[in-house]
Amino acid sequence: MKRYISAYFTDEENLLRASKTLMEKNISILDVLTPFPVHGLDKVLGLKESNLPTVGFIAGGIGTLLAFGFQTWAFVIDYPLFIGGKPHFSVPAFIPITFEVTVLFAAIAMVFAFLFRSKLGLGAKNKIHDERITDDRFLIIIDAEKEESQFDEVKAILEQESAHDIQLKENN
Amino acid sequence: MYVSPIREPLVKGNKTYSQITQDIAAPIEGKPGKAWYMGLTISLSAMFFGLAMMGWTVWEGIGTWGLNRTIGWGWGITNFVWWVGIGHAGTFISAILLLFRQKWRTSINRSAEAMTIFAVMCAGLFPLIHMGRPLLAFFVFPYPNTRDLWVNFNSPLLWDVFAISTYLLVSLLFWYMGLIPDIGTMRDRVTSKAKKAIYGLLSFGWTGSVKHWQRHEKLSLILAGLAAPLVLSVHSIVSSDFATAIIPGWHTTIFPPYFVAGAIFSGFAMVLTLLIVTRKALNLENYITLAHIESMNKIIIATGSIVGIAYLTELFIAWYSGVEYEQYAFLNRATGPYWWAYAIMMTCNVISPQLLWFRKLRRNLLFTFILSIFINIGMWFERFVIIVTSLHRDYLPSSWSMYAPTLVEVGIFIGTLGLFFSCFLLFIRFFPVIAIAEVKTVLKSSGEKETKNESL
Repeated sequence: MKRYISAYFTDEENLLRASKTLMEKNISILDVLTPFPVHGLDKVLGLKESNLPTVGFIAGGIGTLLAFGFQTWAFVIDYPLFIGGKPHFSVPAFIPITFEVTVLFAAIAMVFAFLFRSKLGLGAKNKIHDERITDDRFLIIIDAEKEESQFDEVKAILEQESAHDIQLKENN
Repeated sequence: MYVSPIREPLVKGNKTYSQITQDIAAPIEGKPGKAWYMGLTISLSAMFFGLAMMGWTVWEGIGTWGLNRTIGWGWGITNFVWWVGIGHAGTFISAILLLFRQKWRTSINRSAEAMTIFAVMCAGLFPLIHMGRPLLAFFVFPYPNTRDLWVNFNSPLLWDVFAISTYLLVSLLFWYMGLIPDIGTMRDRVTSKAKKAIYGLLSFGWTGSVKHWQRHEKLSLILAGLAAPLVLSVHSIVSSDFATAIIPGWHTTIFPPYFVAGAIFSGFAMVLTLLIVTRKALNLENYITLAHIESMNKIIIATGSIVGIAYLTELFIAWYSGVEYEQYAFLNRATGPYWWAYAIMMTCNVISPQLLWFRKLRRNLLFTFILSIFINIGMWFERFVIIVTSLHRDYLPSSWSMYAPTLVEVGIFIGTLGLFFSCFLLFIRFFPVIAIAEVKTVLKSSGEKETKNESL
């Protein structure tokens, strides 16, 4: 059994202010569901920066090494061919493919990392709290395990920012 | 949020978030009109005609085309370059304009990216068929084989293989990742059980959680950062197919930037062709406004002028180089037997876009639509001119020849047009043509709504 408070906003600026106040009062916000990315919300909630760029950088690096290394190995060591009298180790000619493979690896790795970390994918069964949150509602979910006694305080903060449908819910 | 007093709003009609969802989802939820069915029927017929011609090419051989020993590349490669070029506008809008924080891209990026994917699919078909034996197409990949040979990593034709396949895959990922939240919206809107299940599956279980959005934003930004140099590299590599050959008229260092500018030029023309019709048919005039059309027209005049300068530079360098073969190639291009193709190219690509210096014309839908068709034609002729006029009179006058396409070649081109428009028609029927979530993010900063509230 898990208890939580859910409330809806119709404007992202009210949501931002309410989240800020709640965070300042040390009330833990479990999740916020929004129809579009609300800028600054992640900072207010103190979310860590995403590591996706690192994933992209590493995967891209692997792509670079793999593509350049493979072309060098194939043309210098495995089967040196004379093509138009050019040197076997012709670096400029290897760059286009190296670049393309770098981009390919980085892009694929980041997309899969994103899907994996967010538990999204074909057939993912994530709970859909409310169908309106992909339309025009901003839903805030507040942990009520500890804050049960504070329900009125939380409600006051939320109401001040014109939230509606403030409810204490249980979830098993 | 700062609101410019001069710039026009990006979203008109005082929309609320909910109205945005409704307006963009409406074409998917409603029944398609007669025009849609007619369009799809024509496109599919064209596609099947093209498929038959492709089948005939594979069955009978490449001899069914009008190519000969002097002119080995004709309509096939012309179409390939034309389609790849068209694809470039989508990536330009979604990646480069994202990096430059151009907010007006949000209304057009979704459909432009879809156009990119369909155009690159059409492009990829041509080298495949041109091989004559497409079943052996896997030969182009470096896989361990019994011949113990590797593919030629020094050849731009091989770079093309990597460039086009990477381009298609990355564009597809970029496009689909952007679609996920909007498919989530559709999932939550549709009422029929079957539709809900399908959109639910395709939405990848999107919930709209703040953490997901944070990652999604990051992902879009980095993918844009990757796609921006990618789009520049792709057409540079395509241009290298020509520039690294020692054919007069091809062997010039100006090709990569000139091709990239031309690609974006022709791509924006195709985006305009599609969107001017789409915005009207789907009642999206409040989202794809005249200001959007004007912005695109400005890009057209910028890139079109670059293309014009490139043409003139080519002529100047041919004369200035003092190489008689180079000089003859360009003289022959402009005044030889294919002078008409050169004239069409010059008129459509260099002269006609200059009319866009007039603001009235930039904001005139009918004019823009006609101009966009002109540019599509002009850019097709640019590739035809480059390929055919450079080849048809080579170093040995005894092997000079002329080229005309056969019905098979024309049919394959019509087939790819059919494929492209079929895909686009299906896309606007089943997916949101405008990025719903992204438009909502610009509503307050550049929509009419907030501007009005603040003036109160």
